[in-house]
Amino acid sequence: MEALILLLFTFVLAAFLGFELISKVPSQLHTPLMSGSNAISGITIVGALLATGTSDGGAIVSWLGFAALVLATVNVVGGYLVTDRMLGMFKKKDSNKS
Amino acid sequence: MLWFINIAYIAASILFIFGIKMLGNATTARRGNLLSSLGMLLAVVVTLLNKGILHYGLILAGIVIGAAIGAIAAKRVQMTGMPELVALFNGFGGLASLLVGWAEFARAEKIGWVYDYPLFTAAVIVLTVLIGGVTFTGSLVAYLKLSGKVSGSPTILPQHNLINAGILLVLVVLGAILCMNMGGWLGVGLFALIMILALGLGVLGVIPIGGGDMPVVISFLNSCSGLAAAAAGFVIFNNVLIVAGCLVGASGLILTVIMCKAMNRTLGNVFFSGFGGSTTKTGAATEGEMKASSVEDAYYVLEAAKSVVVVPGYGMAVAQAQHAVKELGSILEDNGAEVRYAIHPVAGRMPGHMNVLLAEADVPYEQLCEMDAVNPLMPTVDVAIVIGANDVVNPAASEDESSPIYGMPIINVYEAKTVYALKRGQGAGFSGLVNTLFFRENCRMLYGDAKSTVSALVSQFED
Repeated sequence: MEALILLLFTFVLAAFLGFELISKVPSQLHTPLMSGSNAISGITIVGALLATGTSDGGAIVSWLGFAALVLATVNVVGGYLVTDRMLGMFKKKDSNKS
Repeated sequence: MLWFINIAYIAASILFIFGIKMLGNATTARRGNLLSSLGMLLAVVVTLLNKGILHYGLILAGIVIGAAIGAIAAKRVQMTGMPELVALFNGFGGLASLLVGWAEFARAEKIGWVYDYPLFTAAVIVLTVLIGGVTFTGSLVAYLKLSGKVSGSPTILPQHNLINAGILLVLVVLGAILCMNMGGWLGVGLFALIMILALGLGVLGVIPIGGGDMPVVISFLNSCSGLAAAAAGFVIFNNVLIVAGCLVGASGLILTVIMCKAMNRTLGNVFFSGFGGSTTKTGAATEGEMKASSVEDAYYVLEAAKSVVVVPGYGMAVAQAQHAVKELGSILEDNGAEVRYAIHPVAGRMPGHMNVLLAEADVPYEQLCEMDAVNPLMPTVDVAIVIGANDVVNPAASEDESSPIYGMPIINVYEAKTVYALKRGQGAGFSGLVNTLFFRENCRMLYGDAKSTVSALVSQFED
């Protein structure tokens, strides 16, 4: 039972941490924050890798994992790149006149 | 090796935490995004060290295909297409989590439910499939609405809320039955049914929501995709999924609340009221008429203006007018006017939509003002130019108690000396409301495509 409680404990602490981290975000950063955190939600890629690589589940599990892997990778790579592209456009006045 | 992998997962979690924290500040945001991507890379690489991992060829193929699709989409997308791309990526994340849950279910069916806590694992698999499925189809519908492939207006079935509540109830019951009947055909059948219902619920949940409420929906679905990943973390007993997923869930929820506040509505109201479709309140009748004006007239007024506020809305995104707007802004500045861009938190179709478009057009972010900062200055403003914004400048929100948007904070452009409203035609906004601003004494309408109107103004100045 301890293992379960420990996972739950982690979950609750992470939730509070999440709320504390970004309680005040300037509205200018709302889109990058959203797409950046969207890329982080692609962490499910770890689960996809484990499912794809599994040796005991048979072909179905591997192929389900493979589909998950492709989708999660699109989410991760696309999400980070597009966020970076957006943030690269936010400039200060002086840098933009040069 | 397992201890090493887990230590690396802790490091990845720390990188995510710092990454999100830094994303909340303009000067550090880009580095924050980089840090969190390094965290992701670390998590992926150490996962591959797991000794149970086979099929490296398949894994490599999956990563290459996914990375290519993601990179091309990210490079090619127009800034105006950003909301639908974010929605689509989000849906992919949700579907990936669903598939991870499905894969674990299939594995358990093959090798038996040999977990320490089979009941718990079955329950979190159901939860992963439920949240992941709703996120996937919900995001897909949002994508279709945002990209204009289906109409953005609400589609409401008879007894829509009752149907959704019914499906949710059935899902909970089926999930409970499944948890007590793992293994065998009953379990497989139940699982398939749960998956189909979850996918259906995502569609039915988002179709009654109108285009103007999309900022709330996108942030909410973003939160859901994080929770789906966290649920998948419970399925495979993996801490990094739980931490990262939960961080995203929390941050998405905060953004959702901010968006709701900016519309003076509750989350329940957004999801269950079908704005513009079922509402019976239409607001008081308006008197007076809308006064059309010409580009020449607008030019003379703008030429003399010392202080100008531009209020962009979704119409600017549709017309792709942001570069023309920036050009006009620069000309007005050279002409000695003080130019500000006033941005309503829910202007456009996703949180911060207008900021992204104006940043693309090189508008320095010091000129981008939030609603609360610009409203006290409004009475001193000579000219307010409203470009394709409607409900966010509708004075009925603060004056007409019978208006459905009564109480929503707005940008008080009606207090400016003169208002020019750029609008495609005489129709109402997404909520189907009459905008009383357009009937005011100090408001002039400039009909036509926003981009050509603004360009025409620019050429007036150049002559």
